[in-house]
Amino acid sequence: MKVDFEHLQAAHCENGVTTNLLKSAGVNQLTEPLSFGIGSGIFFVYIPLLKINNGPAIAFRTMPGLIFKRTCNALRIPVIRKKFSSKETAEKVLEECLQAGQPVGCQVGVYFLTYFPKEYRFHFNAHNLIVYGREDDRYLISDPIMENVTTLSRYELERVRFAKGALAPRGQLYYPKQHTVVTDDQIKQAIKNGIKKSVNDMLRIPFNIAGVKGIAGTGKKIKRWKNQLGTQQAGLYLAQLVRMQEEIGTGGGGFRYIYGAFLQEAYAYHRNEALLEISNQFTQSGDRWRNAAVQAAGIYKGRIGTQADFDVMGDYLLEIAEIEKKAFTALGQIKWQ
Amino acid sequence: MKKEEIPQDDGALNKLTKEVVYAVDSEGRYTTALSTGWNVKATALDVAWKDIEERVALARQKVLNKEVSPLLYFMELNLMDTATLAAYTGFWKWTIQRHMKPSVFNQLPEKKLQQYATAFNISVAELKKIDPA
Repeated sequence: MKVDFEHLQAAHCENGVTTNLLKSAGVNQLTEPLSFGIGSGIFFVYIPLLKINNGPAIAFRTMPGLIFKRTCNALRIPVIRKKFSSKETAEKVLEECLQAGQPVGCQVGVYFLTYFPKEYRFHFNAHNLIVYGREDDRYLISDPIMENVTTLSRYELERVRFAKGALAPRGQLYYPKQHTVVTDDQIKQAIKNGIKKSVNDMLRIPFNIAGVKGIAGTGKKIKRWKNQLGTQQAGLYLAQLVRMQEEIGTGGGGFRYIYGAFLQEAYAYHRNEALLEISNQFTQSGDRWRNAAVQAAGIYKGRIGTQADFDVMGDYLLEIAEIEKKAFTALGQIKWQ
Repeated sequence: MKKEEIPQDDGALNKLTKEVVYAVDSEGRYTTALSTGWNVKATALDVAWKDIEERVALARQKVLNKEVSPLLYFMELNLMDTATLAAYTGFWKWTIQRHMKPSVFNQLPEKKLQQYATAFNISVAELKKIDPA
């Protein structure tokens, strides 16, 4: 049993699942950057008090699940999303979808994801993949971050679908309800609305934990880390920052580059020169994030580690906050047709 | 980042796949290319693992000193915190905290030990003993 489905590799799992599922439902125009931009995936948040793997909780993108949801909403595609309390029902529903020729997106935990290298297997429950068939006891898996498709046994798939802890997937599966043809004009509108939403997220959330204020706030915090935590613990925190920033496949503030790519693609629909100019600013921001990661690496490798080095690190984030503030402000001022 | 500047270092993920990266070409247009990894990222992961190893070693020593029950060791070994262990076993977090005491742990009935053993993917016998190697 195998569904007609094309695997395309992506830089980020949820972008990839969104793009590939919607393409298979007839939305041929979609690309990874378009999904990311229309789904308003770009974000920054430093969640105070919460600890992940004994380090700070920092994210460079929106909450898991939102990119798919927002992209489908923007294109007026109804979505089926189900969670299960019973493992048997979860598998039965999956089987029914595959029988009906429907590839299915699943949220999974990576700790038991057997094909992942051991070094990547933490208790992280917001990875996404597509199941597109079954041959005997093995499910056919399209994991968007991989070059090629792979497989999982029934038991392996069940275990990752029912991983537990924070953001437990509870067998969650999702797919677009029906085959839909989307017009270029719909994409055009969706791009506009996606950008507006991101401008709001990055500029207008109060307090200094989210958006560009969150980036600046984190920069200021980092300058205090050496004194507050000691050099070793501060190094661990920085390593965590880099790992969140470099989430598989998005290397070097990669989300900023994907957003830059999105704005160039948006230009094809809107023909507004400002989009190209602002795309450059996101490239600059991505480059600064990479420089910051190199500086952080110097500290967590123990090569450098004076207060001055932490100040340089913090200043990188303050500079990035300025660049992104300008870029999003400019996006907010665009006169849409 | 220019396409030519995409790092091609070794990384843990490289055993499985190359990663897609977005970068600009000589005319400033965005394009994608594959990367084998970036050492800045690889070291960040190494640092995280080194920290885990230290936590496991520390937990092990505490168990051997009879300061704490073997639960702590296996919890650290499985990269869990109390919340994650609570989710996998169905115990409350404070119950788990109590079971961390050797005196309480030693009195636990087989059934409860089995719940922990299942969560750690080991047998009850393995759960009860840490060999002093």
